[in-house]
Amino acid sequence: MIYMFKIAVVGDKDSVLAFKALGVDVFTVYDADEARKTVDTIARDRYGIIFITEQIASMIPETIGRYDKEIVPTIILIPSNQGTLNIGMDIINENVEKAIGSNIL
Amino acid sequence: MAKLNVNPTRMELSTLKRRLKTSTRGHKLLKDKQDELMRRFIELIRKNKALRIEVEKELSASFKEFLLASSVMSPEMLEEAVSVPKETITVDIKKKNVMSVNVPVMNFIRKLEGDEGSIYPYGFAQTSSELDDAISKLYGIMPKLLELAEVEKSCQLMADEIEKTRRRVNALEYRTIPDLEDTIRFIRMKLDESERSTITRLMKVKDIINKEA
Repeated sequence: MIYMFKIAVVGDKDSVLAFKALGVDVFTVYDADEARKTVDTIARDRYGIIFITEQIASMIPETIGRYDKEIVPTIILIPSNQGTLNIGMDIINENVEKAIGSNIL
Repeated sequence: MAKLNVNPTRMELSTLKRRLKTSTRGHKLLKDKQDELMRRFIELIRKNKALRIEVEKELSASFKEFLLASSVMSPEMLEEAVSVPKETITVDIKKKNVMSVNVPVMNFIRKLEGDEGSIYPYGFAQTSSELDDAISKLYGIMPKLLELAEVEKSCQLMADEIEKTRRRVNALEYRTIPDLEDTIRFIRMKLDESERSTITRLMKVKDIINKEA
């Protein structure tokens, strides 16, 4: 069965507006409450991938963590226009440590 | 020594022997699974890291362009320019089983509407060239970003599975198997002991009978 999923970008307006031109659905949020609500709503609404800026993601770690074990949706952190907070990188390193026991990279 | 709480009978002995056999086999299989998962994981996580570094660099470059664009254009104009996208991106997610971990396989379907020549969803009259740069950069990053999504999710799921498998392997190796071995030895000794005591008892009885006769 071919099941089409949509792609969403969540973040502050200045960072994510550009994605709109590419046909990705853009959700602008500014605070933690809004972000939590938005992520939960779109996770239920056939979105396969949710890109979320690190600034927003750092406010709602537990909401993001809830989707860690699910295949759909995949939540991926991207840097915002204020630069990267290195959370995305930290998650990779965390995964390595969890799987192997020490950081080999 | 941690002996299981069982009765030292022959019945129990054969059950335990069977359990030990299953455990050893399970341990070997799980260990193989863990090794193979680890190999794939290391391959994937390296790719993941390289991709992420690349994507983050290119995204910040694109954001810079976009910031420039927004500084020369009015916010309303900017929003208007990007608000009707020409392209639609959808993703088809299938599951693939890698060593009992379900990892996603993503197929991206990008559809351009209208004329194929230009990716920009706006006319050039009222927009700045910086916006063009930002959009075209972002357009180029998109495939990588989508690949990153697939790889990173796979890594995350595999890391969880590896952790789980390792716990199981260790539990079998350091707990279940030694316990079973100890208990089996205990039952064997107990049975031998009772056999010896039966023999001595018999010999004693024989002695008594001989004396009386």
